[in-house]
Amino acid sequence: MTKKDLGLLILILVVGAIVAIINPRFLLPINLANTSNLIGLFGILSIGQAFVIITGGIELSVGSVVALLGTLFIDFIAVRGMGWPIAFVLILVLGAIIGLAHGWLITRLKLQPFVVTLCGLLIYRGVARFYTADGTAGFAFGQNFPDLEFLTAGRSWGVPNSFIALIVIAMVMWVVLHRSVFGRYLYAIGKNEEAAKYSGIRTGRIVMAAYVICGVLTALSAIYFAMYTRSISPASHGQFYELYAIAAAVLGGFSLRGGEGSLIGVLLGTVLLQELQNLVNLLGIPSSLNFAVMGGVILIGVLVDQQWGVFRARRRMVDASRKSMAGAAAE
Amino acid sequence: MNYTDTSITATIPFLSLENVRKTYPGVVALDGFSMEVRPGEVIGLVGENGAGKSTLMKILGGVTTPDTGTITVDGAAHNSLSVEGSLGSGIAFVHQELNLFDNLDVAANIFFGREPLRAGPLRLVDRTKLREMVAPLLKRVGANFSADTQVADLSLAQQQMVEIAKALSIKARLVILDEPTSSLPLAETDKLLDVIKALKADGISVIFISHRLHEVERVADRVVVLRDGMLAGTLGKRDINHDQMVKLMIGRMLKEREKASEAARAPGATALSAKAIRTPTYPSRPVDLEVRRGEILGLAGLVGSGRTELARVFFGIDASLGGTLELDGKPLALGSAADAVAQGIFLVPEDRKLTGILLDLSIAQNISLPNLPAHAKRSLVSASAEATTAEKQKKNLGIKAPSVATRTGTLSGGNQQKVVLGKWLAMNPKVMILDEPTRGIDIGAKAEIYGLMRALADAGVAVLMISSDMEEVIGVSDRIAVMHEGHISGILDKDHFSQENVLLLAVGKQPK
Repeated sequence: MTKKDLGLLILILVVGAIVAIINPRFLLPINLANTSNLIGLFGILSIGQAFVIITGGIELSVGSVVALLGTLFIDFIAVRGMGWPIAFVLILVLGAIIGLAHGWLITRLKLQPFVVTLCGLLIYRGVARFYTADGTAGFAFGQNFPDLEFLTAGRSWGVPNSFIALIVIAMVMWVVLHRSVFGRYLYAIGKNEEAAKYSGIRTGRIVMAAYVICGVLTALSAIYFAMYTRSISPASHGQFYELYAIAAAVLGGFSLRGGEGSLIGVLLGTVLLQELQNLVNLLGIPSSLNFAVMGGVILIGVLVDQQWGVFRARRRMVDASRKSMAGAAAE
Repeated sequence: MNYTDTSITATIPFLSLENVRKTYPGVVALDGFSMEVRPGEVIGLVGENGAGKSTLMKILGGVTTPDTGTITVDGAAHNSLSVEGSLGSGIAFVHQELNLFDNLDVAANIFFGREPLRAGPLRLVDRTKLREMVAPLLKRVGANFSADTQVADLSLAQQQMVEIAKALSIKARLVILDEPTSSLPLAETDKLLDVIKALKADGISVIFISHRLHEVERVADRVVVLRDGMLAGTLGKRDINHDQMVKLMIGRMLKEREKASEAARAPGATALSAKAIRTPTYPSRPVDLEVRRGEILGLAGLVGSGRTELARVFFGIDASLGGTLELDGKPLALGSAADAVAQGIFLVPEDRKLTGILLDLSIAQNISLPNLPAHAKRSLVSASAEATTAEKQKKNLGIKAPSVATRTGTLSGGNQQKVVLGKWLAMNPKVMILDEPTRGIDIGAKAEIYGLMRALADAGVAVLMISSDMEEVIGVSDRIAVMHEGHISGILDKDHFSQENVLLLAVGKQPK
């Protein structure tokens, strides 16, 4: 755990303590379970985003993909009668194809990630609305999928399974990002794509793979979100989710320039964002202020982090000059 | 110094430099240099890379301060110039790399920051007036494009005309052109030389810095030759010719540095061979070149002669527009640098910090990067395997750093370069290309890098060394290929090594 991550963890605990003191309901099992469920859902999404951001890219279509794939998933199992495991795999494959398409446009055709995924944001939202004729996709009365529901919306030992899924995914992705050859390539490309290329790394393929990972994780979270809400109106489902994901990564210490950030960071970023949402509800702050509170906290967080960096750099310089002066005096 | 052209000597110089000296830590960049520029005079300023031309330009532009000496501009003597002072007294620069906004039109560029404004608080640009102001300037430089053309749509020569028009707009009395023709096709060059003549006719002085001596011959009234920071000589109009300039650039007494080092080696088999390779920069100049096992082939030439571009093709960064590459007699298809690395063709690039290493990664991480799968078990990176490889290179190359976990960004230039070398030496090089391997590196590290290159060659590696340092090329190479404007103008073997021969080939002449 880096110092940055530790700072974030302390912030989360301090905010949690304050909320708990003002409103003890914060610590009720039901509240904690609900919050951790949301952390699970948004966490999976944010990890995907983090893989793209580490390459210096951005994925703006996440919210629309959640809407489109969620709609398709419910349609496949509720209307078309497809077995849910098949639908599940199919949705993940669709997520991978979307990621592959974005990665291909960005690395081969040299389009800017912002532009490609902004177009995706518009296209997938439109397609989702067209697919349901702007209606709502949902289950018929009495339709049940016990296994699927247990895996997505159920609990084990009181812990939401979505949260357990996040922990498992996070552990796997931590190894991929921080221990694997692929992860090292991602950091190298994010830091300096030219130098990575001059070291013989096939940078295009690696970047494409990052978008595919993002696509698959987004598809997985789309299924979780669909089973959580159980009914989807594609015009609004998943709106702004890309911004939650980006915010979690930025709070977690990722640089939008690429090459910086840790998996624990993005997890803690997600936790803090959901804690803030919860805080707005529990402290009786008008829920219309929700976004304003989130924006304010992110701004302060980034500002403190940046100022802290400046302070440390200055202290290093002072130390160095003191040392060299001491050295000169010794001679 | 003999000024033969008496008609000009009569007038008072616009600019004169006396005994200007400028030193940088460890280097004397200019040493007691004097020159003068008279109104309406075109001075050709020539000298090898590193002779002190850029320092002189920096002093005239007010960017740097000379240690001693006097600069007299328009009768007023100064110890140094400031940027504003230089501009204010009418000295304008047209740099090799143009300083234009290519997303704006010609008029906006010429009067950038000095736009005529319409009355009123909105500070709107008065476009009608702007166009009226620009028109005569464009006419004076003989422009065949209109003031509202986007700069991006202009050719290089036309862009240079915009720069010159900009210089005229500030009522420049001396225009300094730094290598203006180095990237121009021939027809465009003629246009530019015409503009210089037009400036002269208007009484504006010009300093024309160029490696292309035949152009200097055509346009200069007087040639000033710099060598090792000193005035090597001045040639009056009648004495300006190619041979005279080259002679002054090298110096009369050719330093007999070429200590015909160890008996000529038996040449090995050809490792890398290029047939009719054409780089994107010089598409009409096919290059044939062979690098043999066990030799250091020096690739000399002036800046911009296409050497780096060639290296980029050999390393798979750029695709060749034609021709074929062979490695050990087998056809070689390179789609990316990864392909070249897989074949054992490695590049130590010119720009270390941008393309050579990752400054934020540690020494060990940089060294393992091109061969990471070999440092991993079941695709998980093994930090200990990385450290072992890095320790070996650190010891072998004498990289000075607290540990292999040190960030490369904190190392000195020489040690960074050793990390770049270490990353390739840890693999098995067949062909090693080094682009300006000792630029910005202190003398001690330089010698070590020379030793390494020789050791590589002795181990049977084909070494291709691009260098602009004449002594380095002659001292280190087994053969020297010289490039001139995109093609190989000649290959010298050890018996014909001399600064004069290299320079003659570099400017497109035959060696003696």
